Amino acid sequence: MKVKVYVKLKSGVLDPQGQTILGSVRRLGHDFVKDVRVGKFFEIEVDETENLEEKIAEISDKVLSNPIIEEFSIETDGDR
Amino acid sequence: MKAGVVVFPGSNCDHDCYHILKHVLDVDTAFLWHKDTDLSGIDLVVLPGGFSYGDYLRSGAIAKLSPIIESVAEFADKGGHVLGICNGFQVLTETGLLPGVLMRNRSLKFISRYVNLRVDNADTPYTTRYVDGEIVSIPIAHMDGNYYADEATLNELEANNRIVFRYCDDNGEASAEGNPNGSLNNIAGIMNKGGNVLGMMPHPERCAEDFMETNHGYYLFESIKKTLSGVL
Repeated sequence: MKVKVYVKLKSGVLDPQGQTILGSVRRLGHDFVKDVRVGKFFEIEVDETENLEEKIAEISDKVLSNPIIEEFSIETDGDR
Repeated sequence: MKAGVVVFPGSNCDHDCYHILKHVLDVDTAFLWHKDTDLSGIDLVVLPGGFSYGDYLRSGAIAKLSPIIESVAEFADKGGHVLGICNGFQVLTETGLLPGVLMRNRSLKFISRYVNLRVDNADTPYTTRYVDGEIVSIPIAHMDGNYYADEATLNELEANNRIVFRYCDDNGEASAEGNPNGSLNNIAGIMNKGGNVLGMMPHPERCAEDFMETNHGYYLFESIKKTLSGVL
């Protein structure tokens, strides 16, 4: 089965990549776009295991993200 | 005194550090492979610049999981001296040996040029050959050098004089003009509470010989050599 982990900068942290993309989008005339935040997406293939969410959360916290500036969310249901 | 320079896959300033320590400072120096775990006999561990494991996840994120890092953390906890330069600084923050994080440069550009640094703490094992407030010129070469920490951490660093180097303008002011990457409080280098671990983004090993544009980095290596040799 597959697990999806999304990592993005916490809301208070300046995201220069997002700001650059926002600038380009608005230069195209799309003034309705208010903000862009850039993140990372991890698709992880796993075997069935006990406490899967807990284990993926540990991996996300210790490896996939830096908790000082980033937060993560996990989706495990999609491909079951 | 014996120094060890850690080699991660992707380190590219390891030989520069080795050369400066061994051939310019005449320090007994060895390379340490990232799979080594034995640091016996080592007095100074250098985590050099480069792109450990390609920095594919985040700068320093994979290196913190390498076998040698556990030994380096134990070594540092016991008071062993650790110097992290550029990617080495990023590895130290990822590992938690130093607080904060090095984010993408504000400009999103890789910056490779000389910058002015102000020595804000000349009373560390790495800076005794400088004086407080001295302006030195040392090159940077990084994409992720934008230091960030929460307010409590910044206050603690400021209050305890743990900010060793700051980016500054020609007048020694830690101004926005002198800040190449957006680092909070113009931070270019910090140390741990114990005063034995220093992380810095600029590359002292790239300006430590007389034929180079400056030799201002030489004094950092001389400081730590004198400290560890007990010649102060």
